[in-house]
Amino acid sequence: MGDFVQLIVSGTAAGAIYALAALGFTLLWQASGTINFAQGEFVMLPAFSILFFIGMGAPLWIAFLLACLVIMALLGVGFKKIVVDPLIRHGVIPLVIATLGLSIGIKQTVKAGIDAQPHSFPSPFPEGQLDLAGVSVSYSDIGTLVLAGLIVLGLQAFLNRTVTGRAMQACAQNTDAARVLGIDVKRMVLYVFLINALLAVVAALLVTPSYLAKFDMGDSIGQKAFFAAIIGGFNQTRGALLGGVLIGVLENVVGFYVSPAYKEGVALVVFLLVILFRPEGLLGKVEERKV
Amino acid sequence: MSARAQGPFGSASVAVRMVALAVGVVAFAVLPLFLKSYGVYLCTLFCVYLMATFGLNLTVGYAGQMSLGQAAFLGIGAYIAAIGMKAGLPFYAMLPVSAIACFGIGLMLGFPALRVQHHYLAFATLGFNVLVFLIMRNEESITGGTFGISGIPRPGFFGLSLDGNLAYFWFTLVATLVVMGLLGWLLRSPWGRAFAALRDNPIRAESLGINITAYTLFAFAIGATCAGIAGVYFASLVQFIEPAPFHFSTSLMMLLGVIVGGSGRFFGPVLGTVIIVLLPEWLRFMQNWYLAVFGFAVVALMIWLPGGLLSIPDKLRLRRRAQ
Repeated sequence: MGDFVQLIVSGTAAGAIYALAALGFTLLWQASGTINFAQGEFVMLPAFSILFFIGMGAPLWIAFLLACLVIMALLGVGFKKIVVDPLIRHGVIPLVIATLGLSIGIKQTVKAGIDAQPHSFPSPFPEGQLDLAGVSVSYSDIGTLVLAGLIVLGLQAFLNRTVTGRAMQACAQNTDAARVLGIDVKRMVLYVFLINALLAVVAALLVTPSYLAKFDMGDSIGQKAFFAAIIGGFNQTRGALLGGVLIGVLENVVGFYVSPAYKEGVALVVFLLVILFRPEGLLGKVEERKV
Repeated sequence: MSARAQGPFGSASVAVRMVALAVGVVAFAVLPLFLKSYGVYLCTLFCVYLMATFGLNLTVGYAGQMSLGQAAFLGIGAYIAAIGMKAGLPFYAMLPVSAIACFGIGLMLGFPALRVQHHYLAFATLGFNVLVFLIMRNEESITGGTFGISGIPRPGFFGLSLDGNLAYFWFTLVATLVVMGLLGWLLRSPWGRAFAALRDNPIRAESLGINITAYTLFAFAIGATCAGIAGVYFASLVQFIEPAPFHFSTSLMMLLGVIVGGSGRFFGPVLGTVIIVLLPEWLRFMQNWYLAVFGFAVVALMIWLPGGLLSIPDKLRLRRRAQ
């Protein structure tokens, strides 16, 4: 029983990280119709920029803040202005291709420019574990859950309680109506890209201590993010959370009770089941097709 | 008619185009005579990839779908062929077995994905490729795991031995031309014409009575079949297979190759396959930077030339006409 609880807790912690990446993915889709296949590289690049600032002598939290600035400029503003803005009017497919190219470009630049080795990454949380009624949970799992939870709650509060956040939701729901109401749609979309970049940096901070910083670390986390987003429901922010945690927990359970070799396949199987039986996602709403 | 219908050689007459094509094929067929064995191997590998990318072009260029799992089908074809031939079955028996297996798996994978939303196929094929790779690596009793399967025989041809690299190259080239011919015939048939309608305006096509989902599903399954056939030739070419060549990244390169060459143009995959198979060999000095440049070039291409490299002549012609 203790084992099982431990599996659930650490799975939820891993899932919370997938959920952060999936959340950004969903927000981008809602706000701008962008399917970002480079989402995994959006997590890998911050990991290396945090390591870069640590190498310059900065403590972890300063390196994290600096990385937030750099990544928001590069993968928030830069990504939107250079890649998304010129392509978005051509429809979904060209943008998907461009983000696939971007994914290869970023990955291979890191491989060629730095190296192909895994680099260790400092954990923001203390080592050791907490023993509670026969169940031991590591501090890093607790820390991950708390930090990811705070970020998600903060984001929800921002989206639902502030004028800017509600304006952003209005843009996602009906762009034209939002514009008529005097909302600066372009600015709101830009905010979404910035939030996506920020979520990616947080995901990098949480995931890299166990994944290690490596040029291809984004492959796996990117895939989990897409699947989590679709499983939960592409058009629902809460869906990304449910999808992420579901994948994290099931991966742990399958890895323990079935075979660790097939852990990576769990997301696909759940995805196929979901699109067979509930195509709009577990929490999603059916979208009308626009002609 | 749009400029698109004129094909890659512009407004030249059909006869001129056929001659140019024949000259190109003959030139490529004699090229390996002047190459060392590694060069011959690359030319054969090029043919193998060409079968797979031509199939992919059907899915991507004509049916307008994104498939990120072509390498998985290549691998399934190769593994079925390798296991069968090691068990003593002939090459020619493995061709239909691999083809039918890939067609069936393509239908089973494509059905749930395409039923929902069409870009879900990209996710489904991506995950499928990851899963197939895991099975190849982990099921050691069947696939040999990371040790792979070695000693795969080469077929003969009516008593002729194809063990020599040149002979096997020509054998593969003929198969590639047959696959290309069949696909060309398919696209010219009424059945194939529906594809163009589908890609250019799916909603109009549907209102004209074309069952979008069925057409797209079959296009995807036929594309997968081509990769399966290519896999059989691949297994006998390298004679040793392991999971690495069938990784998701190969699928990604094939997809981007087709698109860079010019998806939906019959000869787009040829150019695309040159870029993903042959060009990296010539540009060895660039090492890992080749792929980095390639990735960003794809982004730039999407921004400035979404029709791919083969759309350059059309673009120039349109510009000239505008002046």
